[in-house]
Order: sequence, then C-alpha cells, then structure tokens
Amino acid sequence: MKPGNGNGTPKNFDELIERATPWLSGEGPQAGMVLSTRMRLARNLQSVPFTHRARDEQLQGVLMSVVAAAERAPGFQNGLLLKMNDIGTLERQILVERHLVSHELGDGTRPRGLLAGADERLSLMINEEDHLRLQAMAPGFQLAESWAVADAADDELDEALDFAFSDETGYLTSCPTNAGTGLRASVLVHLPALVLMDEIPKVLKGISQVGLNVRGLYGEHSEVMGNLFQISNQTTLGVSERDSIESLERVVRQILEHEERARERMMRDARVQIEDKVWRAYGTLRYCRSIQAREVINLCSAVRLGVALGMSGLCPLPVMSGLLVLTQPAHLQRYAGRELTPAERNVYRAQRVREQLAAAGRDADS
Amino acid sequence: MLCQICGKNAASVHFTEINDNKMSELHLCERCAEEKGMQGPSKKQKFDIADLLAGMVDGMTSTEEERVGHVQCPRCGMAYSAFKETGRLGCAECYQAFQFQLRPLLRRIHGDTHHKGKVPTRDGEGATRSRQIQRLHDELQRAVEREDFERAAGIRDEVKRLEHEAQEARQTPSPRKTQE
Repeated sequence: MKPGNGNGTPKNFDELIERATPWLSGEGPQAGMVLSTRMRLARNLQSVPFTHRARDEQLQGVLMSVVAAAERAPGFQNGLLLKMNDIGTLERQILVERHLVSHELGDGTRPRGLLAGADERLSLMINEEDHLRLQAMAPGFQLAESWAVADAADDELDEALDFAFSDETGYLTSCPTNAGTGLRASVLVHLPALVLMDEIPKVLKGISQVGLNVRGLYGEHSEVMGNLFQISNQTTLGVSERDSIESLERVVRQILEHEERARERMMRDARVQIEDKVWRAYGTLRYCRSIQAREVINLCSAVRLGVALGMSGLCPLPVMSGLLVLTQPAHLQRYAGRELTPAERNVYRAQRVREQLAAAGRDADS
Repeated sequence: MLCQICGKNAASVHFTEINDNKMSELHLCERCAEEKGMQGPSKKQKFDIADLLAGMVDGMTSTEEERVGHVQCPRCGMAYSAFKETGRLGCAECYQAFQFQLRPLLRRIHGDTHHKGKVPTRDGEGATRSRQIQRLHDELQRAVEREDFERAAGIRDEVKRLEHEAQEARQTPSPRKTQE
C-alpha cells in the first residue's frame, strides 16, 4: 500500500523523491564543512493581492500564469508541478523535509504548488507567503554559482510575468522584511570543532553583528542540531544582491577558517578523545535498535567530522548527508509504507540507519 | 549589574570577546541584547514583526495611533492596524498607501529605505536607468577599491546625471507598463 495520498500524481511524485536530493549529495566545494548553498528570491504579481489576502480563484490564476511562464523558461524544462491540495499530508511533509517546500506551503488547504526543475536544484514555490519563491540549491559552498542559476531563472520568469516592483522599495513582498531584493542567500555549515571548543558563541555574536542571521537546519525558528548552522543575509533593502552575496561569502569563509583551525587544534591536543567520540558515534549508528531523529543528526555530526578529518573506515559523506533526510518522520513512514507511532518510528529508523551503514561498508569492501 | 547600554535594567546577557589577546566584556539586559541582535540562536530566536511594530507606536499618543491605524489601502482595503497585527501587507499598493508608516519600519529592519539591486526587465525606461545606476555604483566601488580615482570621478558624474534624470522622470509619472 502506498502511504496516504490524494488523487494526485504519485508516479511523478515517486520519481521526484527517488532521486537523490542534490543539496545533500555530500559533494561540492568545501564539502567537509559546507553541506549546501541556497538562494531564495521572493516575487509577487503586481495585479493580485498577496497570498494571504487573495481569494482562491485569484491564487488559482497565479498558479496558472506562473506555470505558463515557467514552461517557457529553460530552467524549468521537464520540471514537475505538484499541486499541494492534490497530494497527501505525508507527501507534503516529505517535500518539507527535503527543503523543497516550506511549512507554510505544506499546509495544503489553498491553491499552492511546487514546481521542481528537472534536477531539484531549481524549484519554485507558488502561493507561499509570496506568490513566487524561487529557490536554487547546490551542494557545497557555491554562492556565486547558485546566484547565477537563480538570477537567470528570475529573468526568464520576468519575461512573462509582471512582478510587483517600485523604484523606491524594489520587489514588493508580503512581509516588509523581504522587500527590496527579496533575496535570502544561505549556506548550511557544519561547525563541530567550534562547538566542541566552545568558541561558537563568539562566532555567532560576530555573525549577528555584521547583519547576518543564523538558524537551524529546518529554517526559521528551528533549533540548532548536529552542529549544523544556516547562515544567511538578513537585510534585503539598500543592498544589492551582489553585495549581499559577497559579504555572506566573506563571513562564511572566515568562519570556515576558524573551524579549520579549531579542527587542527583539536586533533593536536585531543586526538584520542576525538577519535573515540567519532567511533562511538559510528558504533551507535551501526548497531542501534531504537533511535530518535535528533540523536541520528547529532551522531552523524560526529561521524561527518571524522570523515572530514580523514579517519578511514567510516561512512562516506553522501551517506551521512542522506541520513539527515531519510530518517525524518515522513520519509520513514513512506519507506515503511504505513503510518508509524513515534516508538515504531524509532525502531524502524534504527533499522534504516543500520542498513544504510552496512551497505556503505559493503561498497567500501568491494 | 546594570545593562551597559540602557543603564536601567539588570544585565542578564553577558558576552566576552577576545580580540588581539585583549579581552573585553559586555553586559546587557535582554531587551538591549535583542535590539543589538546579540541573542544567539540557542535561545529560540523569533523575529516578530508585530512586536517590532508595537514597539514603534509606543511613543504615539492614543489619538495618533488611532489615526494611523485607520489608514486604509485604496486597492485591497487593508487597514494599517491589520498589518500591525499580522506583519503582512495586503497587496503591492499597500507600500504606497502606508508609505509614511512603513518608511521608519523599513529603516529599522534594513537600515535603509531605498532599493539597490535588480530591477524587472519589463519595467521600461525607468528600470533600465535604475539598472544602469546600480551597475555604475558597483563599478564605482570597484574603481575606489583599486584606487582609480580618475575613473571613479567620471563614474560619479555619470551616476549623478542618471539620478537627476530619474528624479525628473519620477516627477512626471507615466502609467506602469501592463502585461501584454
């Protein structure tokens, strides 16, 4: 039995989620410290009230005109449209877990949609807080490249759509915190050494002083887990896209240097303790029989550190990255093919983690 | 210990910074720390625009607040008071309708009120001009960085000319290009 879905397009949905999530491919520049880079552009249509004030018919119109515009845009060729009220709660949750849609878009009660480009690197949330939320994701640290992708796709959509814009305030968004460029550029970084060496408060303070923002893995208001931090620009008005991205790039580079040095110091002063911590984490993941998502994320952090430090015999980074998403509740229930209670999920999660690590071990042996 | 910024509330957030081997300490109350954006994410950070707005009207008398709250967007009918509650504007026109209230808010959020950056390609002459100004600004910055002041001066004059043109164009507004 397929997990609860509506009358939608499960075949297409299946195809979408069968693919590896590129942002968690474990590859890309600086993969040892940077999981992914993301650009988000907020846009609205001039002629329609913002999503929360628009009637369903109007939102339906937005959905149609955006899809028509995207059809002509090369960046969305062979893309897939998923209408949120056509798919089930579990499917929507899966998309949230893969960072393809936000919690707001995931509610499924209004005419909202996700248009995913052919390789999931480019996606478009339609009728979220803003009519369009264009998103470009890339593995590793690739700010300039991701911006180029988002910028080009935005130009393509702009050819056919009349975006709400004023010379004074720039792109007009539902929430004034996004007005101007509508850009949120963010980098998901793994900073275990700075956390272990107790240097992270200083770093976080520095980040907020230069006008950047830090969040957890699952965006706004989410808690920091597994030493994963999402660093992004805060302001969108009075600063150009290029300047926003360059200053983010500079700051992230500095943080990565700090992390690198902290890792070196840690290995110099406490090699045995670090190796012990990494291997115990690996052992727990490899042999656990019931485990919570949060614990997986935290243990993966230790193993990821070990891999980045060059300890051999652990599991490759792509597997560790994949576990972050595969062990989330909706993904688990989909693999299980039925709804699971939290206790059942812990048991099933442990099984999935063991299987993944065992398979990675077999690949390494062969 | 009292907060080092406001000097009124008890300091409950403490920072230690080590810079060039010199240690400096900062003791702030929660409110000032939050205003300075110095609360770490370990403490659930919630940027609540409604709170920000509430804080901004604190200084107003109740009649002033009432007057401001009743301003309505002529296009979507949203009242400013509704925006204050939700933190979401109703439509693109609201930016114009609430411009006097929004300007200080935008300044507080972004530190600026004027857009620098991309403009839609379909926005006609004005947009092309804005885009050109933006490009020149970037170029100016690069010229200053490499200390090519002669070039920088030339660019500055060009920017001035375009900005003057833009200002004149704004005073004689033309209807916005609509979708074909």
